[in-house]
Amino acid sequence: MNKRKWNGVKRELFKNKYALMAFVLLIVFLIAALFAFLSPFDPNKMSIIDKLQSPNGKHLFGTDEYGRDYFTRVLYGARVSLAVGFLSMIVAVVIGTTVGTVSGYFGGWIDNILMRFVEVLMSIPSFFLMLLLNAYMKPGITTLVLIIGFFTWMEIARIVRSETLSIKEREYVMYAKASGQSSFLTITKHIIPNIAPTIIIAGTLNIATAILMESSLSFLGLGVQQPNSSWGSMLNSAQGYIGEAWHLTLFPGFLILFTVLCFNVLGDVLRVAFEPKGANGEKK
Amino acid sequence: MSENLLEVKDLKKYYPVKSSSLFGKERVLKAVDGVNFSIKKGETFGLVGESGCGKSTIGRSIIRLHDITSGNIFFDGDDIASLNEKGLKKYRRRMQAVFQDPYASLNPTMNVFELISEPMKIHGNPTPAEQKDTILSLLDQVGLKKDHLYRYPHEFSGGQRQRVSIARALSVNPDFILCDEPISALDVSVQAQVVNMLEDIQEKTGVTYLFIAHDLSMVRHISNRIGVMYLGDIVEIAESDELYTEPLHPYTQALLSAIPEPDTTIAKRERIVLSGEVPSPLNAPSGCKFRTRCPHAMDICREVVPPMLAIGNGRQVACHLYDEEGKIIE
Amino acid sequence: MAEKLLEVVDLKTSFYTGAGEVQAVRGVSFQLEKGEVLGIVGESGSGKSVMAKSIMSLIQSPGKIKQGDITWRGENLLGKSEKQLRAIRGNEISLISQDPMSALNPVVKIGKQMTEVIIRHQRVGKKEAEKRAVDLLGKVGISSPEERLKQYPHELSGGMKQRIMIGMSISCQPELLIADEPTTALDVTIQSQILNLMSALKDKEQMALILITHDLGVVAENCERVLVMYGGLIMEEGPVKELFQNPKHPYTEGLLRSLPKRSNGVKERLVPIQGSPPDLLNPPQGCPFADRCPYVMDKCAELPPYFKVDSERKTMCWLHESEEGDNHE
Repeated sequence: MNKRKWNGVKRELFKNKYALMAFVLLIVFLIAALFAFLSPFDPNKMSIIDKLQSPNGKHLFGTDEYGRDYFTRVLYGARVSLAVGFLSMIVAVVIGTTVGTVSGYFGGWIDNILMRFVEVLMSIPSFFLMLLLNAYMKPGITTLVLIIGFFTWMEIARIVRSETLSIKEREYVMYAKASGQSSFLTITKHIIPNIAPTIIIAGTLNIATAILMESSLSFLGLGVQQPNSSWGSMLNSAQGYIGEAWHLTLFPGFLILFTVLCFNVLGDVLRVAFEPKGANGEKK
Repeated sequence: MSENLLEVKDLKKYYPVKSSSLFGKERVLKAVDGVNFSIKKGETFGLVGESGCGKSTIGRSIIRLHDITSGNIFFDGDDIASLNEKGLKKYRRRMQAVFQDPYASLNPTMNVFELISEPMKIHGNPTPAEQKDTILSLLDQVGLKKDHLYRYPHEFSGGQRQRVSIARALSVNPDFILCDEPISALDVSVQAQVVNMLEDIQEKTGVTYLFIAHDLSMVRHISNRIGVMYLGDIVEIAESDELYTEPLHPYTQALLSAIPEPDTTIAKRERIVLSGEVPSPLNAPSGCKFRTRCPHAMDICREVVPPMLAIGNGRQVACHLYDEEGKIIE
Repeated sequence: MAEKLLEVVDLKTSFYTGAGEVQAVRGVSFQLEKGEVLGIVGESGSGKSVMAKSIMSLIQSPGKIKQGDITWRGENLLGKSEKQLRAIRGNEISLISQDPMSALNPVVKIGKQMTEVIIRHQRVGKKEAEKRAVDLLGKVGISSPEERLKQYPHELSGGMKQRIMIGMSISCQPELLIADEPTTALDVTIQSQILNLMSALKDKEQMALILITHDLGVVAENCERVLVMYGGLIMEEGPVKELFQNPKHPYTEGLLRSLPKRSNGVKERLVPIQGSPPDLLNPPQGCPFADRCPYVMDKCAELPPYFKVDSERKTMCWLHESEEGDNHE
């Protein structure tokens, strides 16, 4: 990644109003999640007399069915949701990049085996497999991260492979081979840095997917377990009170929506910024 | 006469081509179809021909960028044609390459220091200080400045990038450099700079070049001997001046007459305009591959592949027009 | 005096990029007569292609024609609407670009692409257009034209595609054909076929030709008059033969000297031009060639005007200041 490309990202970010909004919003969420401990309330302290309050001066987002401050819980939930999203992305990017570059660089039967494997994985409805796996493993954040990571890397691997195939034909990669560079160093020094933009874009979009999956799993009660909470698990517990305390579904629901939307917008912006100049006009 | 550094014997490189229809037969693209030539130590051997004639494939076969179909490549007496990557490693230092596209031959994410030090680190274990010393003297040799050391490729012009490529190739003191169209993408005024530099380096280090190009006048200038290729075959090999003043093969004659001459004082060569296009190498004509465009084509050309005749003074031609002495058969 | 076809006066074209204004063409003036063959030589970034596109008013954002007049048969092209321009473009002035691969639409058959152009400009029926397309392909030396019309561009070779581009561009009998590096992507034997074809067509159709190239040999063999461009400006202008035999501008001289000499026997060392072309983001105030010129003087910090060195030749170089008017060296 060179400076020119980052300047392109900056320019694109400031040119596009939505992108800037998305970026600022994500930063706000991130800071809020990081500084959740500043909240005067304990997220897990129950107080039955305060239960199911509507948003008010003391409890900004009201309280939940156990009288816990909902704002504080949303902040702590953000930690889990964002962390799971981010960590799953890392897992997916590491696996996807490794498989993609190895497959593309070596080609031949290695490529054939790896890509058929990817296709098999992609053809299985992964959500049900996740449900199944989840049932056998100890539920928790680590399990969640690994499972989501393991089931979302295939798309990254395919994108990385096709980029590798085109970079492989560049003369600097040929030179590396001609001068006796090892395959490992050729991949890490010559191929991966040059497909980094693609990986970053795929990773950004992957965070959105991962957050959504985490929410779905947690909503089904298979993800984060009490007393910890993520936005998904909060939605799960809120569904019983949708009539009397609509705000309990509203806040985590909208937060999931906005976060996923923001990551998608950001991924789009990165794609435009990294695209070679001149190609912009041809895209619709 | 000095000894050969490189000897290529009956080199063949075929590519399987999948048919576009599902059950079609797999066909074979004969990119290089049995060529023989040798390059002496300290010499520049030029390889010319039009696009698709297989000249780059030969270059890449020699530096073993890919496996070859059959044949031998003797480098300093050792056959490297069938060595694996491990066996090749010690030859990789001695054979370097400079490629055509100055915009694609340098990794855009690495600076000059990292670029040039890479081959040094593969073939040795120099300390950072040693690397820097060597690189600085190399930069000086290729006409770049000290403060270019930490710049990235996009900050350079095409000619400067090609200088970096050359410095990188020189960093491991090679015996042989493959120059695969190193000046084709450069402007006229910059081409001369690079050609002069390559000549100076050869004079100083005695390095051997295989110079692949389609710009015939530059090839003549830089090469001692030249091989002319057509559709995967070498059709003529000669000393470069001889080739230009007295081309024997009808294809060489046509190729030379097609070069536009900038010097308006020189009488124009009679232009031989070849009819038609180069046939596809997937579907090469029988006998002599050039016969479909040759103004002198005879019956024998359809049936018999012309053998490569050595007609003295290191000169070789593959054409039915000539006998063993290089005389035209009446 | 022949009829004046095209006159360009003080044309300036810039591109407004993120990094700043790239002044691709910085004040170019020339004329073209009916039926003339004008060569424009220059290296990459000299502004020669941008100038061709400016004449056709094909400069697109972020590019802009800043200044100048382009007079085509007495009418100023720069004041015309897009609709009026379209009637001229392709009809009276045609452009062939360097890359025949990207000039043809890969998913449309050759025949359809050709007949579309003919129908649009000549307002004839489909049948008639097809007949004319077949005639045109015959004219540009393509065998079995009926079959070619049914093929897609990828089924044809580069030389064949360039022939088709030439066929399309002469379909409306233009007065002027601008060929921007028409043979750069082709092999030499194909190049000589295409150049032969173009000069034959020029005589037959009586059109003027502007041949833009970096290859001095192509200009020497095919043109009557030549403009040498460098750094967005015309450095020198004159009849090909005299200009190449006796270059007046140090840049032209340098270009010719950097080519390998054909003198037999001893190999002459090349004489390159040192340095690299100017950055058009920040073009020098003075002569653009000054920092590479072996004859550079203090005066070169100021942009020289054109000095007439002959009735037909002019050059932008202070060395010829004193020669203005008289003709000795």
